[in-house]
Amino acid sequence: MSSAITTGFTPQAKARPPRAPGENYLNVAFGVKSWLLTTDHKRIAILYLVTLTILFFIGGAAATVIRLNLMTPNGELVPADTYNKLFTAHGIIMVWFFLVPVVPTVLGNFLVPMMIGARDLAFPKINLLSWYVFTIGAIITLWALLAGGVDTGWTFYTPFSSKYARTNVIPTMLGIFISGFSSIMTGLNFIATMHTMRAPGLTWWRMPLFLWAHYAVSVIQVLATPVLAMALILVGVERVWGVGIFDPELGGDPVLFQHLFWFYSHPVVYIMLLPSMGITSEVITCFARKPIFGYVFIVWSSIGIAVLGFLVWAHHMFVAGQSVYSALIFSALSYLVAVPSAIKVFNWTATLYKSSIAFETPMLFAMGFVALFTMGGLTGLFLACLGVDLHVHDTYFVIAHFHFIMVGGAVMGYMAGLHFWWPKMTGRMYSDFLSKLAALIIFVGFILTFLPQFVLGYLGMPRRYHVYPPEFQVLNVMSSAGASILAVGYVLPLFYMLWSLYAGKPSGPNPWNATGLEWQTPSPPPPHNFDETPIVTTGPYEYSMEESALVH
Amino acid sequence: MSTNHAVLAHHFENLEQQRETATFGMWIFLATEVLIFGAIFTCYAIYRLRYPLDFEAASARLNILIGSINTIVLLSSSLTMALSVHATRVGRQQMLLTCLLLTILLGGTFLGFKVVEYYEDYKEKLVPVLAFDPDEWTKVEGVEAPIQPQHVQLMLVFYYIMTGLHAAHMIVGMGLLIWLVIEARRGWLTPVRYMPVEIVGLYWHFVDIVWIFLLPLLYLTGTHHPTDLHF
Amino acid sequence: MSGPIMPTWTYYKVFAALIALTLVTVYVSFLELGPWHTTVGVLIGVVKASLVGLFFMDLLHSSKASWLAVLASLFWLVILMGLTLSDYLTRHVLEF
Repeated sequence: MSSAITTGFTPQAKARPPRAPGENYLNVAFGVKSWLLTTDHKRIAILYLVTLTILFFIGGAAATVIRLNLMTPNGELVPADTYNKLFTAHGIIMVWFFLVPVVPTVLGNFLVPMMIGARDLAFPKINLLSWYVFTIGAIITLWALLAGGVDTGWTFYTPFSSKYARTNVIPTMLGIFISGFSSIMTGLNFIATMHTMRAPGLTWWRMPLFLWAHYAVSVIQVLATPVLAMALILVGVERVWGVGIFDPELGGDPVLFQHLFWFYSHPVVYIMLLPSMGITSEVITCFARKPIFGYVFIVWSSIGIAVLGFLVWAHHMFVAGQSVYSALIFSALSYLVAVPSAIKVFNWTATLYKSSIAFETPMLFAMGFVALFTMGGLTGLFLACLGVDLHVHDTYFVIAHFHFIMVGGAVMGYMAGLHFWWPKMTGRMYSDFLSKLAALIIFVGFILTFLPQFVLGYLGMPRRYHVYPPEFQVLNVMSSAGASILAVGYVLPLFYMLWSLYAGKPSGPNPWNATGLEWQTPSPPPPHNFDETPIVTTGPYEYSMEESALVH
Repeated sequence: MSTNHAVLAHHFENLEQQRETATFGMWIFLATEVLIFGAIFTCYAIYRLRYPLDFEAASARLNILIGSINTIVLLSSSLTMALSVHATRVGRQQMLLTCLLLTILLGGTFLGFKVVEYYEDYKEKLVPVLAFDPDEWTKVEGVEAPIQPQHVQLMLVFYYIMTGLHAAHMIVGMGLLIWLVIEARRGWLTPVRYMPVEIVGLYWHFVDIVWIFLLPLLYLTGTHHPTDLHF
Repeated sequence: MSGPIMPTWTYYKVFAALIALTLVTVYVSFLELGPWHTTVGVLIGVVKASLVGLFFMDLLHSSKASWLAVLASLFWLVILMGLTLSDYLTRHVLEF
């Protein structure tokens, strides 16, 4: 093999089960039962992939109706209360049932054991259980959203949610509560796996950055999710029992709910983002043919984001009635969290500097991630500034900002990762032309959808209204037009990826000529990942520019 | 060596790795639990600081005798749980079974007392909305007291949510203990495979620790009189 | 690592200390301490919880990873309580 592959194989103590030639995790067993009762992390990743793709398009459908309604100032398409239910459904599905789980449960599940050279995650049964728990939660919430709907917004602010709302608040929250346990199980599994199951020689400081990102994510999942669970329980108790935990008339404090809610829901943004950052580090090094610039800094910035991300939550509440001193503290801390994010962007840029870049599809998505995330991050600094936030709070400026982070950042990164590891997961290559076209369409559509919203917000258009003054129509039509382009960009991969399963060229074990343990085993991988436990002798990203990334 | 392979899952290299992973997994789960209870403790702390007199008045009415007895019962169950782990590790099967059954018995005693206590609370009109008399809180011996009945209710709501959540954890723990008894009777808990007892023990002790904090926060926050020592 | 097996009398001694501390904390609740009941009670609780954690849960002989989980959970608990209280304790200091 070439010098780019630096990890060797040596036999070790416990023998692996023998494998028939050509046997892989997909063809080792067939039938519905072999999927629904599997404990193989790779198959569970596929289960999640199917579930989450369905949920993504349901959440996207809600967004489509929202954007169609906003084509005209009077909102003729749907009545106001339906509109409220639509943006609530869009937020709830996209946040809890797509963005939070998507990268850890699909790519993380598939790759964490492979990247550390293990046969499976530490707790394979808990991994399967997490999928069931997630699916049950998703079904309950979807049912609640479709049969009547919820109009509280995805944030469930009290006392509206706890006292006045007459919609399906409790079933929706129940589904979210249940799916939270799946998030905890995934995080717990990853932490335990990375601590105890790394291959011989794979020290902490040799771990790929994808793993470090998932470690940081898992910490957030394990420590933030329970607080949301408690907040939801308290709202439920208040609704059912009629007591006043968050009701000011009975001595409660509605802002307390916001504290608990954002203690989870701010770090949750980093649950969405950190894995995509990890993906970007993997993709950029591979297609730039250079080792990552400042590995240690990127590791510590991941950990830094996981910790600092917990110290900024009340910047969502600057106008909610918290104390002025507290607002000052949270404003200052919010600026601080920009530091580790910026470190990452600088390091990716420095990695690209004087490298030999191949603009393959995953690379296009990854560069889209860096560009859009940077814009989203910088506008986040505007919002962290107390004075500016008073002006743009609850306007489309906020909407544009967090969509740049969550869609431009997290989803772009997910697309990069999916395109990067698709050949590994399926053994097939997708259409080069169509996938590059999709990357381009998504980027253009995204910019056209959300850039006008910054302007709208700055001009004062509030979020969550189903009508708006006629002078905002041009910008809103631009945004809706962009959304339709974006929709095409998201549907396109569905077709060429499914098509690749039937007609795609076989990819071979390592189509991108990438380093990393996951590429040193056949595609699709055998049931136990490796025929022999690998032994790692060097750090990640030992790329050299003499070699091309184009093997396929 | 053959027995080792029977209990070693396919994806671990050896038993030590498997045991360490399981124990560590339980510790991570407990970290989650700390934050679950931490969230409600935070809410409690905020209202405790905001309405100090109301919280103290409500606390003084809770049944300190049952609360204290239950503390001792639960600490004893922690002792027998710790002894169960010890018995497994030294391979004393009979002692293991005895200790596990004692732990279940003590846990059951705790829950039994809890049911009695809830019933007493109901009779004493200490259940917000359902059985509650606002007038008895506003006047102390005919004098206007600076206490708002709805703030007393707030304290009582926390009492029910916190003890209820704790009791739910106890019930789960009892289920786990029954599973351990079945395993122990089959002779599957040995010095080589003592991990199940260890991780259930960690969970049980954690639930005990939660109660250690519930006792002062709920029962002992108000000033009691020795005459309160009755069922 | 499998830690050393502690002799049973360690558990009995810890148990005796726990019972003694329980009796103390219940006794204190009969004194006229006003708002300080909670403080005293929680401090005694911290001692008791540490005893349970160190001996019954065998943290004394646990791996560094287990300590990491414990310390992380306590650290995040401090963040949750501390920063939330930073709002409530300064609510009426300066209003606008």
